[in-house]
Amino acid sequence: MSFFARFAQNRGALVGLIILLAIILMAILAPLIFPESPWRMVQRPFLAPMEVEGFWLGTDTMGRNVAAGIMHGAWVSLLIGLVSTTVALAIGVPLGAIAGYYGGLIDDALMRFTEFFQTIPNFALAIVLVAIMQPSITSIVLAIALVSWPPVARLVRAEFMSLRNREYVEAARLVGQTNTTIILRQILPNTLSPIIVLASLMVATAILLESALSFLGLGDPNVMSWGYMIGAARTVIRQAWWLSFFPGLAILLTVLALNLVGEGLDDALNPKLSRERS
Amino acid sequence: MKTPLAIAIAAAALGTTAMSTAVLADEPKHGGVINTIIQPEPPGLVLGMIQNAPTRTVAGNIYEGLLRYDTDLEPIPQLAESWEVSDDGLTWTFHLREGVTWHDGEPFTAADVVFSADVFHRELNPSARAVLQHVESIEATDDHTVVFTLGETFGPFLLSFEAGTFTMVPRHIYEGTDFRDNEANSHPIGTGPFKFDNWERGTVIQLVRNDDYYEEGLPYLDGVNWHVIPDGASRAVAFERGTVDVLPNGTVENFDIPRISAMDNVCITDQGSEYFSPFAMLWMNNREGPTADQRFRQAVMYAMDREFARDVLWNELGNVPLSAFGSNARFQNDELPPYDHDPDRARELLDEMGYDGEEIRLLPLPYGETWTRWAEAVQQNLREVGVNVRTQATDVGGWNQRLSEWDYDLAFTFLYQYGDPALGISRTYLSDNIERGSPWNNVGGYENERVDELFNAAATAFPDSEREALYHEVQEILHEDVPVGWLLELGFPTLYRCDVKDLVNSSVGVNEGFRDAWLDR
Repeated sequence: MSFFARFAQNRGALVGLIILLAIILMAILAPLIFPESPWRMVQRPFLAPMEVEGFWLGTDTMGRNVAAGIMHGAWVSLLIGLVSTTVALAIGVPLGAIAGYYGGLIDDALMRFTEFFQTIPNFALAIVLVAIMQPSITSIVLAIALVSWPPVARLVRAEFMSLRNREYVEAARLVGQTNTTIILRQILPNTLSPIIVLASLMVATAILLESALSFLGLGDPNVMSWGYMIGAARTVIRQAWWLSFFPGLAILLTVLALNLVGEGLDDALNPKLSRERS
Repeated sequence: MKTPLAIAIAAAALGTTAMSTAVLADEPKHGGVINTIIQPEPPGLVLGMIQNAPTRTVAGNIYEGLLRYDTDLEPIPQLAESWEVSDDGLTWTFHLREGVTWHDGEPFTAADVVFSADVFHRELNPSARAVLQHVESIEATDDHTVVFTLGETFGPFLLSFEAGTFTMVPRHIYEGTDFRDNEANSHPIGTGPFKFDNWERGTVIQLVRNDDYYEEGLPYLDGVNWHVIPDGASRAVAFERGTVDVLPNGTVENFDIPRISAMDNVCITDQGSEYFSPFAMLWMNNREGPTADQRFRQAVMYAMDREFARDVLWNELGNVPLSAFGSNARFQNDELPPYDHDPDRARELLDEMGYDGEEIRLLPLPYGETWTRWAEAVQQNLREVGVNVRTQATDVGGWNQRLSEWDYDLAFTFLYQYGDPALGISRTYLSDNIERGSPWNNVGGYENERVDELFNAAATAFPDSEREALYHEVQEILHEDVPVGWLLELGFPTLYRCDVKDLVNSSVGVNEGFRDAWLDR
């Protein structure tokens, strides 16, 4: 069975993929459909959805187009999700690989370091980091990456520990391959499937984290993100439900889609496991 | 019941507003306790020793000054019954009201005035000190007469006797003690219409009627309870549910105001902050970068849609200022042409100066949602005329630090005007008020010799007609130079049930308003 066929066996995953593609399309088309800045005050404030033609989702407290905000926000959310996940992987994978491969004191040292980050609640640490570095896209991406790498390190370490004594690794060692080569060429490729699955879920978590930060007013003030839109709208939730509803829906759908896709990837990459499960 | 004298005094106190007819038409009723809110909880209640806004609000009903000021900032007698000034403007004689007693029964005399001004405030009170530096001597010529002799004439002298600035404190309690350690501080003694009764920390401050108050018949209320409710949403709910009947300005979030004021039997007024006249401004760094260019600063004024900010963000409360002097400030030059919202003119000015798209940093004031939205609006206004603005996220500490270190291009702030240009306006423009380390002085770094000369001459000029000419000239220069952006004279609204009558009747609003308030229930 091909990879995609296995993926498509999970109906949910297929739905997730379609939603995700739609959101990516939104992000790409945003500058074409709404070439003007989403911050631009274009109509009367507090227009309900469909009240005036061309404003399907209404306008916000200052007369900015909610639809433009949602579409531009898609770009911001995806960008932050992807970049911060990449950074988290770049920290977590090498740490986990070294700890798992070498074991012993190195493992102990690296794992205590990892636990140090794990013992502090993610979100609290992210708030502190962003507050210290002053909110901007860069500091938010960094903060999210810094709080989300420990699970990656632990996962990669576990995989390495179980793989490092396999026969093919012993064989590689016997023919005189260096440790670096063995880590990069022999073991790492075999740990990729769980990493990919984890990464897809991390993107979802990162989007949630960014939204939560923006909601609290710790977002980049120059970027229109979904979390910012909800945060700014919460004060008028009794007058204008649509201001928090639509960005909230966008976050819900994106995170849901990423989770479904992650599950589908898990099924497709670990066919044995998934068969046992079902 | 009430005597004709009390009516006359109450009416005089209300000035010329329509409210005075209301007083004469409706017979005020005695009795009842008003529940209101104080936010945040004050650190203490000894006015003069503590200057925080919440202290002023509560203790302004316990303590009094020599004078009060109506909403046009004209003085009204309080502890001083009348006053006169010598022809040279240097000798001010105040005749005190007779038969006034402190809350502990001791008589209030001229000795208390001399002690309060010359000893207590000189030691503890920076804003009173700024006035006292012009005063050479303070003498009690008899029990009810005090003479202030000035070293030089000082224009705003008569505006300095408000209770919060020049509080009368009891000499018999404080003289010879360590003021800050005096055990009476936990039970403040004033001459005002209400006496301190009880303070349950974190819950409520209770004031009760002063039965021996010198204005016969006043106050009408039996007491005032100031509830402490730390959460903004809960404060709004407390009012909506009827737990409290008065919301002094700043106790509910701006965005709650339209909803609350639309309720039945709820009245709103933006009077009662004239003495403070909060003025929102945009600091522009006059030292370096594009903001050092006068044309750029003018372009910012033309680019901003200030009417929009007032109507949408501030619920139509407040006033778009012409220039450096607000409409409540004395000696406003109202003939200056307004800076209207004119993006084309702004673009022209930017072209003319050859603005090359250099990044301009915008520092919002981290005082909550309304200010954040406002910064977004200004950012968008500026981007639309081609200014490359980048908003910096900040907290209160960061805002203080950036302004104190002059590390900004544009920055939001608001300042009190205190009625007279020499008290609240000149400090923003005088070059000798440029000093690193404070966000409250001439942070913009504006330097203009002629402006310095005019402001300094006007502060000590006498009489007022002399001052007016000087201030009008200085406004013309400032209007052209735009050392700071003049955003909005903020309306600080007070919300109350409409059956609370005569609450806001002077330029400090509820800070002393319960003296004349009564319940029509």
